[in-house]
Amino acid sequence: MTIVEKILARATNQKSVKAGDVLEPAVDVAMSHENAALVINQFNEVWAGTGLEPVVWNPDNIAIIFDHRVPAESSKTATNQKKIRDFVRKNKIRKFHDIRSDEGGICHQILAEYGYIKPGYVVVGTDSHTTTHGAFGAFAFGIGATEMASVWTLGNILNVEVPETIKVVVNGKLPSNVFPKDLILYLIGKISAQGANFKVLEFHGEVISNMSMSGRLVLSNMAVEAGATAGIVPADAETERYLRAAGVTEKLNFVLPDSDAKYSQVVEINAGELKPQIACPHTVDNVKSINEVEKKHIDQIVIGSCTNGRIDDLEIAAQILKGKKVAVGTRMLIFPASWNIYKDAMKKGYLEIFADSGAIIMNPGCGCCLGVHQGALGDGEVALSTTNRNFKGRMGNPKGEVYLCSPAVAAASAITGELTEPALGGK
Amino acid sequence: MAKVVYKFGDDISTDAIYPGRYMATVLPTETPQFCFADYAELNKNLNSGEWKNSVIVGDNNFGCGSSREQAASTILGHGLIVIAKNFARIFLQNAINLGLNLITCPDLEANVGDEIVIEETKVVNKTTGKSFDTVPLPEARKAIVEAGGLVPYTRKKLLEKNKK
Ligand code: SF4
Repeated sequence: MTIVEKILARATNQKSVKAGDVLEPAVDVAMSHENAALVINQFNEVWAGTGLEPVVWNPDNIAIIFDHRVPAESSKTATNQKKIRDFVRKNKIRKFHDIRSDEGGICHQILAEYGYIKPGYVVVGTDSHTTTHGAFGAFAFGIGATEMASVWTLGNILNVEVPETIKVVVNGKLPSNVFPKDLILYLIGKISAQGANFKVLEFHGEVISNMSMSGRLVLSNMAVEAGATAGIVPADAETERYLRAAGVTEKLNFVLPDSDAKYSQVVEINAGELKPQIACPHTVDNVKSINEVEKKHIDQIVIGSCTNGRIDDLEIAAQILKGKKVAVGTRMLIFPASWNIYKDAMKKGYLEIFADSGAIIMNPGCGCCLGVHQGALGDGEVALSTTNRNFKGRMGNPKGEVYLCSPAVAAASAITGELTEPALGGK
Repeated sequence: MAKVVYKFGDDISTDAIYPGRYMATVLPTETPQFCFADYAELNKNLNSGEWKNSVIVGDNNFGCGSSREQAASTILGHGLIVIAKNFARIFLQNAINLGLNLITCPDLEANVGDEIVIEETKVVNKTTGKSFDTVPLPEARKAIVEAGGLVPYTRKKLLEKNKK
């Protein structure tokens, strides 16, 4: 069996399952953000007319994190957030992260940082990038609000069809200015935005086993941009190291694929041949090597998001920006993925480097990633961003363009004001 | 019979169907006004009621991107039928959960203005006289459709669980 098959067999108390089987697995973690407001509506709908008092199946398995619009940009959002807070209190949901600098951040970063996800878990979230948590060797996927209302009610996710799995094998060694972000962009470009639709990507090879959790989170995060239901990295000593550092003490249960597991496809990548990759407007699979993309003026550089707003991303950017200035006519926005990262970057002096360079340091959260809060583009403006989507209108303006890249490319380009390949060594 | 009013290319994202800037609006009664908000003509004709209960045609990977359920409720509010070669997973699932009619029809040939009839296993283009096979819903989803959506389906399960 593949990893996802093994996880689903365990979650349904069966010896074995295979792709295509229809199951109702138990859920270990159910995550929502501000769209919990809609989940609450649907949850109340489910219970309406039953004569029963609506209660969530298990408050300890539910996580709610405010990140998409923090602090609220409108009275409507603030009212939604208030409604969610009331619900959290009433239902005694403890994995709740409010708009506070001692617990806040982007939902996917918070789940990882607080050790909420363990290998072998079934994780659902009302956010498509819930795939992120496959980095822990879990089966994690995005669902809609009504589906979440159903999970909150029953504790199971209904009618899950066991997905087929594509095995991705990455061997060789990443060149020093090529990062996990480049690797996943390359893969998406290769198999297309629908190449893994309804399937799971399972990552293998020496590049993956040598990769830090931070890098694995990038791969799993963007698996959904190839249409994948989930992107799973087999758990290993690195997974354990990360979770122990996050304060997890319980015994971990690694779920690994059988040697005779059946894959629908195998994709092999030689990492040594890769150059920095750029996803050009307006689809994530419109990927080119950096040297193939026409140089043009960049109006807005963005570093942050659940993809690339972690401390190692900020470290690379700080190394490149140290003692340099953001080009005149270009603005740079940096939003760390969580407040813990923000504080870490403060201690390490990165924030000072950014502030001296002319970059704007924004509060942790989703920021301009989805174009609802801060950092919208003007008509005809071009953004170069370490986020994960470049759909038309994504950064708040359908007349703007978004290019996606690694933090190293973003930082190097901030200095020149146009797309620039970072020097080898990442500096 | 329903008329094709709009044709899209590949990879129409949920950002196109329901832009992120309207996401604080969640009620199915309120989301339809922002349906395809950045497509001026389409949005105008939907909101005026001109194109109510019509057909829109997508290509590959319709509904890719975010999990926002507003992308399904906003289309549902206008009574539209969506036919595409294939749909992105979360969008397809949200549509089934809410009772939005998505038709997977890989070989469809239809142009704006054509009159379409949806039959059990095929789509008939009355204008050209051709018909095209549809791909049935994944087996796993049929029970939800038969129950009238995920809300009644879950309610049924909840009541069964409480009897035990
Ligand atoms: S940072 Fe962007 S992609 Fe990540 S959860 Fe927030 S809006 Fe979604």
